[in-house]
Amino acid sequence: MTILANSNQPKSNDNDLITAVIDGIAVRVPKGTLAIRAAEMLGIEIPRFCDHPALSPVAACRMCLVEIEGMPKPQPSCAITLTEGMQVKTQNSSQVASSAQEGVMEFLLLNHPLDCPTCDKGGECPLQNQAMSNGRADSRFEGTKRNFQKAININAQVLLDRERCVSCARCTRFADEIAGDPSLELLERGAKQQVGVADDQPFESYYSGNTVQICPVGALTSAAYRFRARPFDLVSSESVCEHCASGCSLRTDSRRGKVLRRLAGDDSEVNEEWNCDKGRFAFRHLMQDRITTPLVREHGELRPASWPEAIRYAAEGLRNQRAAVLAGGRLTLEDAYAYSRFARVALGTNNVDFRNRTASSEEQDFLTNHVAGTGLGVTYQDLEDAQVVVVIGFEPEEESPIIMLRLRKAVRNKTLKVIAIDSANSLGFKKLNADLRLTKPGNESAAISELIKDLQDQNSIILVGERLASSHGAFSATVAVAEKVGARIGWVPRRAGERAAVDAGLLPNLLPAGRKVFEPRDREVVASAWGVSVEHIPTKPGLTQLEIISSAVQGEIDAIVTAGVDINDVANHAAFAAALNKTFVVSLENRASSVIEFADVVLPVGAITERAGTFVDWEGRLRTFDAVMQESLALTDARVLHLIAIELGHTFKDDAKVTSLRSSYSSLGAVSKPGTMNLVAASTTKTGLVLAGWHHLLDNGSLQAGEPHLAATARAVVAKVSSETAQANGLISGNRVIVRSKLGAITLPLEISEVAPETIWLPLNSEGSSVAMQLQIDIGAEVSVSDGGAI
Amino acid sequence: MTTPLVPNLTLHWDDADSHTLTGYQRHGGYSALKKAFTAGADGVIQIVKDSGLRGRGGAGFPTGMKWGFVPQNDGKPHYLVVNADESEPGACKDIPLMIANPHSLVEGVIISSFAIRANHAFIYIRGETPHPIRRVRAAVAAAYQAGLLGKNIQGSGFDLDVVVHSGAGAYICGEETALLDSLEGRRGQPRLKPPFPAVAGLYASPTVINNAETIASVPAIINNGADWYKSYGTEKSPGIKLFAVSGHVKRPGIYEAPLGITMRELITYAGGMKSDLPLKFWIPGGSSVPMLTADHLDIPLTYEDMAAAGTMLGTGTPMVFDTSTSVVKAVIRWIEFYKHESCGKCTPCREGTYWMVDILKRMEKGKAQLSDMDLLVDISAQISGRSFCALGDAAATPFPAALKYFKEEFEEVIKMAGAQA
Ligand SMILES: Cc1cc2nc3c(=O)[nH]c(=O)nc-3n(C[C@H](O)[C@H](O)[C@H](O)COP(=O)(O)O)c2cc1C
Ligand code: SF4
Ligand code: SF4
Ligand code: SF4
Ligand code: FES
Repeated sequence: MTILANSNQPKSNDNDLITAVIDGIAVRVPKGTLAIRAAEMLGIEIPRFCDHPALSPVAACRMCLVEIEGMPKPQPSCAITLTEGMQVKTQNSSQVASSAQEGVMEFLLLNHPLDCPTCDKGGECPLQNQAMSNGRADSRFEGTKRNFQKAININAQVLLDRERCVSCARCTRFADEIAGDPSLELLERGAKQQVGVADDQPFESYYSGNTVQICPVGALTSAAYRFRARPFDLVSSESVCEHCASGCSLRTDSRRGKVLRRLAGDDSEVNEEWNCDKGRFAFRHLMQDRITTPLVREHGELRPASWPEAIRYAAEGLRNQRAAVLAGGRLTLEDAYAYSRFARVALGTNNVDFRNRTASSEEQDFLTNHVAGTGLGVTYQDLEDAQVVVVIGFEPEEESPIIMLRLRKAVRNKTLKVIAIDSANSLGFKKLNADLRLTKPGNESAAISELIKDLQDQNSIILVGERLASSHGAFSATVAVAEKVGARIGWVPRRAGERAAVDAGLLPNLLPAGRKVFEPRDREVVASAWGVSVEHIPTKPGLTQLEIISSAVQGEIDAIVTAGVDINDVANHAAFAAALNKTFVVSLENRASSVIEFADVVLPVGAITERAGTFVDWEGRLRTFDAVMQESLALTDARVLHLIAIELGHTFKDDAKVTSLRSSYSSLGAVSKPGTMNLVAASTTKTGLVLAGWHHLLDNGSLQAGEPHLAATARAVVAKVSSETAQANGLISGNRVIVRSKLGAITLPLEISEVAPETIWLPLNSEGSSVAMQLQIDIGAEVSVSDGGAI
Repeated sequence: MTTPLVPNLTLHWDDADSHTLTGYQRHGGYSALKKAFTAGADGVIQIVKDSGLRGRGGAGFPTGMKWGFVPQNDGKPHYLVVNADESEPGACKDIPLMIANPHSLVEGVIISSFAIRANHAFIYIRGETPHPIRRVRAAVAAAYQAGLLGKNIQGSGFDLDVVVHSGAGAYICGEETALLDSLEGRRGQPRLKPPFPAVAGLYASPTVINNAETIASVPAIINNGADWYKSYGTEKSPGIKLFAVSGHVKRPGIYEAPLGITMRELITYAGGMKSDLPLKFWIPGGSSVPMLTADHLDIPLTYEDMAAAGTMLGTGTPMVFDTSTSVVKAVIRWIEFYKHESCGKCTPCREGTYWMVDILKRMEKGKAQLSDMDLLVDISAQISGRSFCALGDAAATPFPAALKYFKEEFEEVIKMAGAQA
């Protein structure tokens, strides 16, 4: 039998295969394959605790002992690499192995509490299961079991019951090897050995929940799930994370229509088997503040309405109006596709934009020519295989945490160098050992042009983040450098739905699949996919989000359809509010939002657990999922739009079901080569102090609402400047600093750090630091600062 | 004919200044260094190989062969690490050696480092014993002063820096890979092998770890030649060794003798049994090796003969027990020691020692049953050969070994307690 290498096994060609024998079965595997892995491939299950395919072997638990011919003692199969001709006998064919395993199992249970009836792991516990299959029926131990004080917090979210721990060191190795947050350690020795953290230093990690998942016993539990359910009462569904563009595969466990926990799903091409704490723990938004019936505004107040009434009401308000669609970056591909079509055909407009954030026409040009409809581009595996990855305006750990893990994996293997062009240093950059080029916001383009000498003759990838939209000339410089050195570009937005929005054509100049509004041929292809005549696709240039808002304020737009937008996300939110105030607003939402107070009709749509769909991750990979709550009657956005369109007298070829929209989209094919972007030159360097920042992974984002334990693991909210900037502006480390724009101020503790010159760094949407709301400016804007006194 | 003692490392211990540079040099100290530089690195390795010197840390691995495993011209720094963590019950030879004759160790370190192309050496000394730490630190400082350490030692072009490291207070830190972790500032727990230290040891660089006595033996071998060394001992166990005799003898202490000397001879040198009570049992190495009885007093103390007798020479630090000793209590104390020192990494040793102590404590309190003896044998078998490192094996040794010769005594203790209850 020939077994191919999987991602955690050495790669090899045919010449590097060796033949070993396990329980009498010959197996051909790449050199370097561990005995336990080869046995797995043959379907031979060797019991184990410390072994984990993604972690380096420790051979500590001794559960996996096997007999190897020619070796006097039983050997840990999790640490033995097979050699040519090696004869391995597992518990299936060797008395030595099975008695060794029974002995170890007896030892493991010696000090293990009989907690199963109250332990969260009960029912899905490797110790429980293997005790049943490889253990003795009763215990020969008559003494007193080791005792610890009850659960301790290793951070606000993760608890540890030390007496349940089997010292497998999976959690500590995960912390060290995968997350790079090595503050979780084994302490003490002998039977007193225990996992722990330093007194004043909790396990601060965005990935801490993974330790709960890989703990082979119930020693690590999460505050959110502890004592909530029994695994056998849960229904598990494969799903996809809605929080960011990393595209993690998840497992969602629910009971009677309620999500109780989420775990990382297994996907070797994407998240391997990890996820971040936001994706794992932030799911109460799926159930909290839900809108359950349609609402219509009557005498200034919203009141419940029936679906037919609300649909009619919406249609009447939109009929023959100068309309626009603002559908934020959280939609599935199918829904985005439906909005794109609805705007063009039912509303007759190209006024459509998904970018409820800093945006620029240069970015739009870049997205049009280098992203829209390009399908799967740079992949996680490409990142792992590259020699150099440059990240620009993108902090991987904060803005797409799985990218950080993949990059770190390659950095640890010493095959990859990371270069970062950004405004401030960060834990993530440090963990990537990044060559950080501190750059004042606005000056990125010059720093990017310098990259040529780093990337010449290298297998290199440039990852650009959405923050780059605030830096004039940066996208152009990136494209120019990439073309010169043959680097590939990946665009990493923050939100899970942004890439799908680009692909679906939620931009004024774009139709789905990279087709362009102003290409007659493209319009024809799209019209035929939709089953409408080509005249139904408007040719009049559309407006961007900024233009839609200002036009509406000036009375040039009458009606706006919104989906998944929070007006507080943008610096011009005052104008946004005024625009919504002046227009007829149709809001498709699943929970109460900042738009509702302006809405004339609110149409409730299903949360992602209630319907099928597809997210497109940053790679351009389709992440298709089914409804978790199969019995839910909730409607998709697409379905609601379809009903309004019918009311407005429009029909399409399909019935707006998720599967039909998916095939309609895919019938359009992919763009084969990038278009030509209009490269713009950088503007002159700004003088004076400017604002920099990014979003912390855990912050005030509305999808993180109602998760107190998770919120307590967020990073400290501080402003950062370099010591030179502090000195020049009379700022004192440890004091507060007041940051002012023309419209407001933010006061935060000041930290002296590695920050670009003439720059102050703020978290963009954390407690006490909501830049859009309080300062009402974008990054790169000028600010003034002053000392805010001692804390 | 009695085997004569051969004082070599111990020859001048009676001098008041034996621990000083002057005292060491008065008797030709540091003269081996010149010879080593003349012989060249490979020459030194060859002499040590030819001498047949075996590691004195317990396992008896041929020292020259170990040095030969270090890859040459690999562009990486090499390190020599001296294991002077001596913490095993009964083992007490390295500490007196470092107190009385620290310069023999320093000279050995220079020659050995030169041979394996190391420019940095570390001496890891048991942290609970400040006296030898002070003595070795003083010796190292004196050697620097005298130009015997540092840059271009004696014009040879060879540079060496030596760090004396105070140990972390755990028996497991004497296990060579745990020692490396400890030296690197981590918690001392044994490492997974491969990679072996000779390839990736301290700071992932090629490293030789040798016992303090092993390294201190090198200068005399270089000075007097491999043949001189081999003229003592047996073919498989050549040379001389420090035997640290402790327990119920009149004059416990260090007796330097050729390998192959017998326990009976050593007891005689040590003045005979303490209270003239008969010998009950003895242990050739530290507590980690199986015990023997009066029937075994004439077996030569060599690696091979001890193995044939079902035990090991170990560190060559025999403990002698007379008939006043309860073998049951001795076994309990030893196993308690292993439980206390188990590092916790692997299940059999961590949990098995906990369990054995639980049963033995019951036995001591008169609450054991006869079946507990089988249980203890079972537990020992479940630990032995299945643990991560040799500490586990050592913990599994005392009970079965004691049972082999003193089963009745265990039965009696259990029964007597039962009768009292
Ligand atoms: C638990 C344990 C403790 C040990 N303690 C010591 C020690 O204190 N000193 C020592 O030289 N070797 C000790 N050893 C043996 C070392 O691992 C290693 O074999 C030795 O230092 C090699 O030196 P050598 O070749 O010169 O004997 C110990 C081994 C184990 C398993
Ligand atoms: S807490 Fe769990 S994962 Fe960590 S060492 Fe203990 S058993 Fe293993
Ligand atoms: S990394 Fe992104 S996609 Fe993955 S779990 Fe976290 S938020 Fe979700
Ligand atoms: S046998 Fe295991 S628990 Fe015992 S000291 Fe060695 S590694 Fe640690
Ligand atoms: S699984 Fe192999 S030793 Fe733990």
